[in-house]
Amino acid sequence: MNSAHPDSPLLLEAEGIVKQFGSIVALNGLSMKLRSGEVLGLLGDNGVGKSTLLKILTGYLQPDTGTIRLDGEVVRLRDVQHARSLGIDIIYQDLALVDQLSIVENIFLNREATTSGPIRVLRRRAMRRAAEDLIERVGVKLPSLEQPVGTLSGGQRAAVAIARVVQTNDRVLLLDEPLAAVGVREAQTVIDVVRNLHAEGVSVIVILHNYGHVIDLCERFYIVRDGQIAEEGSVAGHTSESLIATVLATRL
Amino acid sequence: MPEGLRPARLGSRFTVGSRLLQSRHAKRFEEFLFRYREVTLLAAGLCLGAYFQLMTGKLLSNADLLNLSQIMAPIAMLACPTVLLIASGEIDLSIGQTFALAPFLVHFGQQAGIPLLLADVLAIAAVSVVGAINGVVTVYLGVPSFVTTLGTFFGVNGLTLIISSGEPVGAPGTGLYATIFGQNWSLIIWAVAALALFHFILKHMRWGLYCVAIGGNYEASREAGIKVDRIKIGNFIILAAVSGFAGILDAVTVNITDPLAGGSAIMFSAISAVVIGGTALAGGFGTVVGAFIGAGVLALLQDGLTLQGINANAFDLILGIAILSVMIMNVTLSRHLLGRRRA
Ligand SMILES: Nc1ncnc2c1ncn2[C@@H]1O[C@H](COP(=O)(O)OP(=O)(O)OP(=O)(O)O)[C@@H](O)[C@H]1O
Ligand SMILES: [Mg+2]
Repeated sequence: MNSAHPDSPLLLEAEGIVKQFGSIVALNGLSMKLRSGEVLGLLGDNGVGKSTLLKILTGYLQPDTGTIRLDGEVVRLRDVQHARSLGIDIIYQDLALVDQLSIVENIFLNREATTSGPIRVLRRRAMRRAAEDLIERVGVKLPSLEQPVGTLSGGQRAAVAIARVVQTNDRVLLLDEPLAAVGVREAQTVIDVVRNLHAEGVSVIVILHNYGHVIDLCERFYIVRDGQIAEEGSVAGHTSESLIATVLATRL
Repeated sequence: MPEGLRPARLGSRFTVGSRLLQSRHAKRFEEFLFRYREVTLLAAGLCLGAYFQLMTGKLLSNADLLNLSQIMAPIAMLACPTVLLIASGEIDLSIGQTFALAPFLVHFGQQAGIPLLLADVLAIAAVSVVGAINGVVTVYLGVPSFVTTLGTFFGVNGLTLIISSGEPVGAPGTGLYATIFGQNWSLIIWAVAALALFHFILKHMRWGLYCVAIGGNYEASREAGIKVDRIKIGNFIILAAVSGFAGILDAVTVNITDPLAGGSAIMFSAISAVVIGGTALAGGFGTVVGAFIGAGVLALLQDGLTLQGINANAFDLILGIAILSVMIMNVTLSRHLLGRRRA
């Protein structure tokens, strides 16, 4: 794995991010940095604000206060499409799939190929062909691409969500527990895809609960606690056990 | 990786006749029925038509087919855009009232000296505002659309009664205008145009795809970056505009502008047509073709029962049974075929 140099430039930074939902403080002045070309792990207990952070970094949620910098410049991510246009893409914890729509329709949801001109017609056949390539790239076998996603297994659903994000040349990929709903074999497929993207130069922030996967995938990690970064470190030299010990130690 | 779930796997609890259903042909047939609900409905409609023709011998006359088309067309025109709205998980009860209001606005516009076509456009714009209110109150204030549009249902009806003093007036336009905008067969031609337009939007444009996506999984659609609010409000506005236009045409057809035209009768007919046609009331699936055929079946029931001299009470009873049967069939088949019931 071509790990990022410790001095590679900062790509994405969050500073003093606060996000409240009513009386719940999900993020409490969190600050973090993503270096260009690295795979960064976000660890921490349930409900500490990891997903909320990624949703802010992808423009899905607006922070109450705090700033986000991309390439050192302050940006306000207006919405998901805006973030995507800047090269930031995400796989959500719930995968953001619509059960009733087909695999092709889900892969291209909000990224449809259309004809140009005033009346934009969906180019269904083109999308179908492209979907076949994408699915092959993800390396998963799916029965029929016209099948509704509601009929798929957990691993197959994850594959559809991954196929959705690998079609664009992203700079930053945010992954919210991509391995949560998949079996051992499929997990390896997902890990391979992430490694490939990383090799192509994509920077990744990934939320993981399995510390073995953290060791496998990440170069650096943040431990989130109570809406803040409680600990930061390099994965090098860590084993799963020592990582768990580190996480547990932050609770004291 | 496990083989993909076969969609046609039958649940073990369906033991009655299961041996029959296990045959490949039966499975295929079941899948066919579900996938092409429109065809099933069309077949039912044709049987119904044949029955009325045999019983009365009058249905297939030019005069009665015209009558049938004029019953069907306004229902169909309202049903087609309603498919988009219902597929996106919302409902609009006020469409019968904007239908009644628009021709009055045309009438008063004309009286104020505005040219007829311009008065039409202004009236449609005005009732679109009702759609915008429906949409904004539902989307931004979080009032369920059933309740929002129940409010505008009464409000707009009241408005129509006030400006008309409850009295009908003449129909707008004569001559070429009337020939194009409502007389004789022109009404059903407009309905076919609505069918083509909204079918195209639903199946071949982003807008339609997003309606289905939003109705299927609102949260996922937002996460994917779809502008869900815009689509929902847009649907309400489009629907109100089309219902107003249909009301203007219908006034020409029946040659009177009646404050009691439209109302809940046509609203329920349109929504029934949509649901019978196969669109999921909970959102996530829509078929404009099905709704159009549904409108035809409803019109045929009404017309045929009238030809037979059966009174309106029996019509409602039969309609109720028809809706229930079709819905039970839809729900059962989709459960079977999509394996929704994971025991
Ligand atoms: N839309 C929302 N409305 C209200 N509260 C929310 C919302 N989203 C998140 N929260 C709350 O904010 C806190 C942080 O949630 P978040 O989903 O970011 O946690 P997480 O670290 O991703 O947890 P998990 O590991 O369980 O996914 C939680 O207390 C959660 O209940
Ligand atoms: Mg989470």
